[in-house]
Amino acid sequence: MRLEPKPAPPLAILLLYPLGAIVATLVFVSFLVLAAGASPFSVIWLVARGAAGSQFAALETLTRATPLIFTGLAVAVAFRAKLWNIGAEAQLYAGGIVTVVLGTGALPLPQPVLLPVIAIAAMAAGALLLLGPALLKTRFGVDEVVTTLLLNFVVLLFVSMLLEGPLKDPTGLGWPQSSKVVADAQLPRIVTGKRLHYGFVLALAAAVATWVVMKKTVLGYEMRAVGHNPQAARFAGIPVDTVLLKTALLSGGLAALAGFSEVAGLKGNLTLDLSPGYGYSGIVVAMLAMLNPLGVVAAAIFVAGIFVGADAMSRSAGVPSYIADVVVATALLTMVTAILLSRYRVRWR
Amino acid sequence: MQTHPAASPPPSAQGGGSAREPVLRLSGITKRFGPLVANDAISFELMRGEVIALLGENGAGKTTLMNILFGHYVADEGTVEAFGAPLRPGDPKAALEAGIGMVHQHFTLADNMTVVENIALGTEPLWRPRFELGAARARIRALSADFGLFVDPDSTIAALTVGERQRVEILKALYRDARILILDEPTAVLTPGETEALFGTLKLLVAKGLSIIFISHKLAEVMAVSDRVLVLRAGRLAGERVTAASGRAELAALMVGQEVVSPPVAPLRGGAPLLVLREVSTGGRGTGARLDRVTLTLRAGEITGLAGVSGNGQSALAGVVAGTEIPTTGEIEIAGRVVSVWSPRAALDLGIGRIPEDRHAVGTIGDMSVAENVISEQYRSPRFARHGLLDWAAARAFAEEIIRDYDVKCPSPDARIRLLSGGNMQKLILGRALDPEPRIILANQPTRGLDVGAVSYVHRRLLEARERGAAILLISEDLEEIMALSDRIVVMSRGRLSGASARGERTIAQLGELMAGHQGEAAA
Repeated sequence: MRLEPKPAPPLAILLLYPLGAIVATLVFVSFLVLAAGASPFSVIWLVARGAAGSQFAALETLTRATPLIFTGLAVAVAFRAKLWNIGAEAQLYAGGIVTVVLGTGALPLPQPVLLPVIAIAAMAAGALLLLGPALLKTRFGVDEVVTTLLLNFVVLLFVSMLLEGPLKDPTGLGWPQSSKVVADAQLPRIVTGKRLHYGFVLALAAAVATWVVMKKTVLGYEMRAVGHNPQAARFAGIPVDTVLLKTALLSGGLAALAGFSEVAGLKGNLTLDLSPGYGYSGIVVAMLAMLNPLGVVAAAIFVAGIFVGADAMSRSAGVPSYIADVVVATALLTMVTAILLSRYRVRWR
Repeated sequence: MQTHPAASPPPSAQGGGSAREPVLRLSGITKRFGPLVANDAISFELMRGEVIALLGENGAGKTTLMNILFGHYVADEGTVEAFGAPLRPGDPKAALEAGIGMVHQHFTLADNMTVVENIALGTEPLWRPRFELGAARARIRALSADFGLFVDPDSTIAALTVGERQRVEILKALYRDARILILDEPTAVLTPGETEALFGTLKLLVAKGLSIIFISHKLAEVMAVSDRVLVLRAGRLAGERVTAASGRAELAALMVGQEVVSPPVAPLRGGAPLLVLREVSTGGRGTGARLDRVTLTLRAGEITGLAGVSGNGQSALAGVVAGTEIPTTGEIEIAGRVVSVWSPRAALDLGIGRIPEDRHAVGTIGDMSVAENVISEQYRSPRFARHGLLDWAAARAFAEEIIRDYDVKCPSPDARIRLLSGGNMQKLILGRALDPEPRIILANQPTRGLDVGAVSYVHRRLLEARERGAAILLISEDLEEIMALSDRIVVMSRGRLSGASARGERTIAQLGELMAGHQGEAAA
């Protein structure tokens, strides 16, 4: 068996590859569902209904997709330049910390000014957090996979320290949580009485903006060139190290917006379970989207839907909701295979 | 389609018994890559004790054909027979077992292991607790003596010269009882002297009844070494000639489908020095790879040819001129001013056009489009970028301009550059480098692996640039190319430069001695 490169298919056909990957995923997972003693069709139906079968379900899926869009964009941007940012989780928490610090009354500003100020400060925090590993990479050749991954644990412990100390909510009955942000530092809800907030709109705007950066700007061109062939990029006079540092700033900033959006839009305060691994799921989302910023939106909604739907399904079908993790993991594998097949032709002997 | 000439026995079929039995028969081999037909119904026979030269332009299908033969690819149609038995397609092991050995252009040796270990590697059963190398060593010594392939079996590969490494590759094939030897561009890395030695070895091999397929684009070597020449053009067998009954002009014409005229070089008087390197040294690993107090002047309207065996510091010198390598000592002066900041960007800004040695790894970004690749050195100029936004319409227009002006065959400016052939890729790089009319041009192996047509095209463009007054540094392993184009020739050996000689001042043999110069000491 061998692979031969082939010309890129037209966009319409290209879009069939992710669909094929999803179908293949459902087929694979069906075997597990059978093993768990349930009917695959009813389980798939229940997951779909749980994810999008009602207004409540659909809004819940979009709410869950919001942080995934941000972390997915962060990873897509970094991976495009082959900067392996595994630390979106830490950058998310950095954004959350800044939101709580600035949003609990430290800045007496009106809402239309306060929210952008906090968002920008949060982005700066995430950007700076990734700048360190990026500098270590460009200056000393330190592997950023290791440094960004380990920073996740460092930052989480730092958050734990803050929540037991300076940021501890005095009215929190001893729970490790911060005070709530003030009303003016909260993102409004899109539908009154539902959890979906304007962080989702911000995420969509971020996706479009990232798409424009990647496709239309000098920086996006430089990032893609550096990612595809750093040696050729350097030869052509593209400042590879500077591009990597800019990429780090952009990626870290996007991931931090997830923390801002979760605190200011949904949770209101900082806790140690602000993110159930959105930073890591962002990698899956970015890969499912083939690193395309607009695809990230679709991929994030898909992944969020699987998780939300699986929760609902497990309550009625008795199949553990861990099946959602299996679905997402399998989807990642089938998607990577689909990407390969879209670029190469497989020859059997 | 069986086109082997039964008449006129090959001139060098000295001994070896019945020379007229075919050892290898290819029938109707066809291989397609998407719309491209890489091999179109190719049939030929290789006789016992015969040397066939496979001649053809880049993209003509030579490598594809050999890869099919050796089991790396599977043909869409057609069959291969070795020694009368059909060869299982798509299995390199089957090819090895049938007695087919291949010496690749890029060696496949483990640097940190010894010659004997490299040769025995893969022939010993894996479950044996340790290598029994005694027998292997004795066999290698015997093979070395028989075929003039002298090399110390216990030396590590890293300690060997390039010529010696090639001998190891050939020994490796012989050790596995190869009866058919395929050599892919074997002389690209050799000095003229080493090339002579290789040809001597090939004569000994055919005398013992081995058969050889010699892939090359150098006509002189094909004439010197082969009994028969197969010319491939655009995937088809364009012609087959008995070497002794043919001539270089005829073969060149067959290759490109037209007569090749070498460009007339009008004598020009060198102008002002545009680039001066003074006592430039570089750091880096390996003694041969770094520069040792190199002084070089490039003058306006002059081509300076740099000859040398690859790996003697040409890459470092090219890096210094291109801006990718920063000298540890010495100074760079451009148009009378000593440069203080040195980088690829600075080199471009000071008017240096660069054609890199490796067009795949350095010259192009394979997964990006033609348009994205041609703007890579100018994307920040107002022509392509405004307020941080790229003007893709301008980029595509520029790509179309180069495609037209430089006669590039490519489907569209949006095609991934990886899908282009080497020659077309090189034309795009040439267009990108020459479009801003640079006053200094670095042409590092500009025609390596290109067909005759593309080679003469590149030469014409370089001569045009010379006539408009550019100072050109031409680095090439092809001495004939250096001698045909250069106004002055310098030779690099172990990181040092010989003094310059004017056109026609030194013969090939004299240049060859300079190229080998310090190598003799190292090998001793």
